[in-house]
Amino acid sequence: MKRLFPAPWLSLALWALWLVLNLSISPGNLLLGAILGFLAPLMMAPLRPLPVRIRRPGVIIRLFFLVGRDVILSNLHVAWGILTCGTRPPRSRFVKIPLDLRDANGLAVLSMITSVTPGTVWSELALDRSILLLHVFDLDDDAQFIEHFKQAYERPLMEIFE
Amino acid sequence: MSALLSNAILASLFLFSLAMVLTLVRLFKGPSAQDRVLALDYLYILAMLMMLALGIRYASDTYFEAALLIALFGFVGSFALAKFLLRGEVIE
Amino acid sequence: MINVSELPLWVEVLVAILLLLSSLFALLGAIGLLRMKDFFQRMHPPALASTLGAWCVALASIIYFSTLKSGPVLHGWLIPILLSITVPVTTLLLARTSLFRKRMAGEDVPAEVSSRRTESGS
Repeated sequence: MKRLFPAPWLSLALWALWLVLNLSISPGNLLLGAILGFLAPLMMAPLRPLPVRIRRPGVIIRLFFLVGRDVILSNLHVAWGILTCGTRPPRSRFVKIPLDLRDANGLAVLSMITSVTPGTVWSELALDRSILLLHVFDLDDDAQFIEHFKQAYERPLMEIFE
Repeated sequence: MSALLSNAILASLFLFSLAMVLTLVRLFKGPSAQDRVLALDYLYILAMLMMLALGIRYASDTYFEAALLIALFGFVGSFALAKFLLRGEVIE
Repeated sequence: MINVSELPLWVEVLVAILLLLSSLFALLGAIGLLRMKDFFQRMHPPALASTLGAWCVALASIIYFSTLKSGPVLHGWLIPILLSITVPVTTLLLARTSLFRKRMAGEDVPAEVSSRRTESGS
């Protein structure tokens, strides 16, 4: 079972993707999608650098909604900053964040979260993965931001991946 | 389709085009090369959103495929350009 | 499958609001791209269109086509999912490129965060 389906969740997601793309659940499409979901992870298995081990699905769901809320809030924040940038220029600067998260997959998800959220851009990661350089659009207090970043995103990712 | 929805779609298409014109200004002005890549990437995203709005305008699924294609080509294009700026070579 | 002219009013109002909201955010992103002074500041406004802008359009298209076909038509969600995978890759690479080029040009950007010693050690 493990050899046939190296990544069961990926297979399932590919199957669902195929059905949604074709907008049908006819038997032919069900079969084609299943073949795709079966073959693609098998062929990609040699490329895969690190196996993903995920624990605590509840934390994932909570993180998902937290990121959704934060994205909407920071959208409004950045929009307001753009509208008022004539009178009050945004206080943009680089922030160095010490990281505790070491897992490569966790770091990938963290970089996705920071790049998707408007107002933060992931700029550079130290080679030993201990320091992250982040560019922030409008920042009040460095220490408070770092504290929030570590509490809100890094801690749940460490719980999920480590 | 009522007048309300078709006017709203027209208005949003107009706003999208205005955004595209402003992005074009940045594309031509952009002091550095990476500014131009950023503007080009934004143009792709705007074109994709416009395709989705057009799909609603004509009640047709075909525009969705066009949007997917624009998204994919936009990603590949800006990725290759950014890679080129980083090292000066696309293939290493 | 219902006719385009018999859409319920609330669907039309909802789709219209979502579309206008999304185009407003896209326009704001373009204004920000034009008005910001520094390249790293300019990296932030485009995220407006690729997150909330794309979400609103996708939601509008899902609501519209689901009512039109009297059944769930969910393929609109693929656009935000695709964007949330591809946009980080491009922004990350552009940020690194810009840092690299600015350092080469000797502009005022932070130095490399990894120290020499760890670099040779790993």
